[in-house]
Amino acid sequence: MILFFLTSGLFLGWSLGANDAANVFGSAVGSKMVRFKKAALIASIFVILGAVIQGAGASHTLGKLGSVSALAGSFTVALAAAITVFSMTKWKIPVSTSQAIVGAIIGWNFYTGNPTDTHSLTQIVLTWVTGPVLGAIFAIIIYFIISLWINKSKIHLLKLDASVRFGLLVVGAFGSYSLGANNIANVMGVFVPAISLEPISFGIFTLSGAQQLFLLGSIAIAAGIVTYSRRVMDTVGNDLMELSPVSALVVVFSHSLVLFVFSSQSLSNLIQSIGLPPIPLVPVSSSQAIVGAILGLGLMQGAKNVNFKILGGISLGWITTPIIAGLIAFISLFFVNNVFKLEVANDIQEINTEEIAEQQQNIIIQDSVATEKSLVNKDSDPVQQNYRFWVYIFIPIVLVIVATLILFLVFVNRRKLLLKKHLSEIKEKDEEIKMLKQEVDLFRQKKQVTQTELETEINYKQNQMMTLALNIIQKNEFIQSLKSKLNKLKSSAKSKEVQHGLQKLSTIINEHLYLDKDRKTFQIYVEELHQDFYLHLQHKYSDLTTNEKRLCALLRLDLSSKEIASILNISPKSVEMNRYRLRKK
Amino acid sequence: MLFKTAKSIINSIEEFTDAIEQSILVFRSGVHDYLLKDTANFKFNFDKLDHLEARADKLRRSIEKELLSRALLPSHHAEIFRLIDQMDDLADKAKENLGQFEAEIPLIPDDLVNDLIRLTETSVKAAEMVIPACRAIFIDPNNVKEKLNKVYYYEKETDKLAIEFKRKVFHQEGELKLSEKFHLRYFSLHIESISDIAEKIADLLTVMAIKFRV
Repeated sequence: MILFFLTSGLFLGWSLGANDAANVFGSAVGSKMVRFKKAALIASIFVILGAVIQGAGASHTLGKLGSVSALAGSFTVALAAAITVFSMTKWKIPVSTSQAIVGAIIGWNFYTGNPTDTHSLTQIVLTWVTGPVLGAIFAIIIYFIISLWINKSKIHLLKLDASVRFGLLVVGAFGSYSLGANNIANVMGVFVPAISLEPISFGIFTLSGAQQLFLLGSIAIAAGIVTYSRRVMDTVGNDLMELSPVSALVVVFSHSLVLFVFSSQSLSNLIQSIGLPPIPLVPVSSSQAIVGAILGLGLMQGAKNVNFKILGGISLGWITTPIIAGLIAFISLFFVNNVFKLEVANDIQEINTEEIAEQQQNIIIQDSVATEKSLVNKDSDPVQQNYRFWVYIFIPIVLVIVATLILFLVFVNRRKLLLKKHLSEIKEKDEEIKMLKQEVDLFRQKKQVTQTELETEINYKQNQMMTLALNIIQKNEFIQSLKSKLNKLKSSAKSKEVQHGLQKLSTIINEHLYLDKDRKTFQIYVEELHQDFYLHLQHKYSDLTTNEKRLCALLRLDLSSKEIASILNISPKSVEMNRYRLRKK
Repeated sequence: MLFKTAKSIINSIEEFTDAIEQSILVFRSGVHDYLLKDTANFKFNFDKLDHLEARADKLRRSIEKELLSRALLPSHHAEIFRLIDQMDDLADKAKENLGQFEAEIPLIPDDLVNDLIRLTETSVKAAEMVIPACRAIFIDPNNVKEKLNKVYYYEKETDKLAIEFKRKVFHQEGELKLSEKFHLRYFSLHIESISDIAEKIADLLTVMAIKFRV
């Protein structure tokens, strides 16, 4: 049953691993300086180590903000944060898991009537601002040192490449450790007050109940890294600015330092020991620390290639993420408590800091007495209670209105952009249609011109053909009359020689009539101009002979039998006979 | 492992650069020997150049293979390959030119020998000046630009000397046949081409110096 309630936290851990591993190794893998398998292995190991060894610090601060004392409550809070992260990622709004979990815890506080520790809340909100700023400062300092060293040492490019690769692996390991240490609180922090596990001893070390939860959460993070982070790594890094391998090294190192600073209890103790205020141990957004580092680098290089639009998106995320997570948590807790009848909080609502400190006794030191006294004082003052009552009604209403307004503006803006895009697509399509229409018109015009030309040609050829036909007829008539006159002369000739000569002449005339080229040309013209007619004849009357088809074509030209006879070099009687036979068919 | 691989490739690049440098120096000696009619030394230099060019080719292939297979300097692959190819062109051109001397046996009048020697010296000087810049691009990209000024200077001088030489051949050498004049013209072009390649390398190095800056 415990495992079921832990699923929301494990899911949150998986998505954290899938997205945030890209902040650590994304540039290295994307620029092919480090192979993905190596990166995933190192990240997984060091995330687990960081979470188990150093995860309690940030978790303790979250616990002070709101100690979710029932398992169902922890499940709902983690689920609300997971839904917020998932939805905003889908809507492409920059989101931080840390901010989502903080908002969800505050939502639990409102639902259960627990007071929200404003001191812790202030610390947490301040780190959302100081995290990226610190990232920028670290990036500038580290970049300055590294570039000075590279320029002074005159190291060979290939040696520098090897050093950068090695450096990326080392800072990647450090970054993964810091990620685990800082962000495990997001994943498992809400379950620590609600689940009490027996410590397990391994001889050389002991895992407390909280550490066991952190181990489970970090395994979920590692699973996210191995299964899904590749896709994110392949596309990360260059949205804000183009990063060289050296710049990537600087950015990852700065980001890792920021996360480490906000999760290291020893560092906080050291700072405190020299008289400075302790560093608040708070989950910091990994993505925003990276953005801060990249911006710092970009400002150092002149801010030419920095995409400042993303800054606006991040600021929007600071406001909307906790509000949305809080609202979802509030509503979900209502359902879980009233519909599923599960306890989302235990009766005694006092924050028992000593019990939590006992659970984490090997790692955490006690808070300062002043802080605890101030909390106790605040709880007993009736004026303060009244004040807090009005604040707990007035502020949520205002926040809800603000969140709704912001979301509304975001949606309206997106809709406007979509509409604009849609309109521009329509415009493009219209233009395309216009162009196609023009092309079609042009094609039609061309077709018409071609048709006109073809018709002109056909008419011309037909005229030629008719002229030729007339020529043939006239010529043949002339030759026939010549032939008949020649026959008369032959019959009346007395001399054999004259007869013989006349016979030869007659033969020549006959040969000419038979081999008349004009006739052949005419026939070719007929066939060319009346192709469709021939095809139609072929289709409808397939048993017609070639001569019969030719006769049909000549009849179609409206020539008389005498003219046809002259063209075909047959007698008019043969033409009549052929016509009769044709009519019969 | 990373550093061992880097060291091995650095050594290969050094050897390659040395081979290219020696090629252009051997080319200069070869042309001198030809012009001074020292056949034995010319043959020796020609064989040596052939050997150096083959070695440069082998080293070029091995460097490119190592850089690709180990994915070293992934953001600078294209420029480095171009640089190595163009440096190899120097050796190839030198061998080709000396080979043409050997095969075509151009007739060079005595009064043009000095001009041709000067032309060769200047052209080879341009190529010589580019070699330190090629070494410096990997170590000190910020100081590459100042090394390239001499390359441009000698390349311009080579162009001037080439024009002068051609002018002399076509205007003053009345005894030579037209075919011989053309032949000499082409040889001047061959020698000029060495400085042209050096200029191309210098242009590439200028761009690389900006990109490689940290």
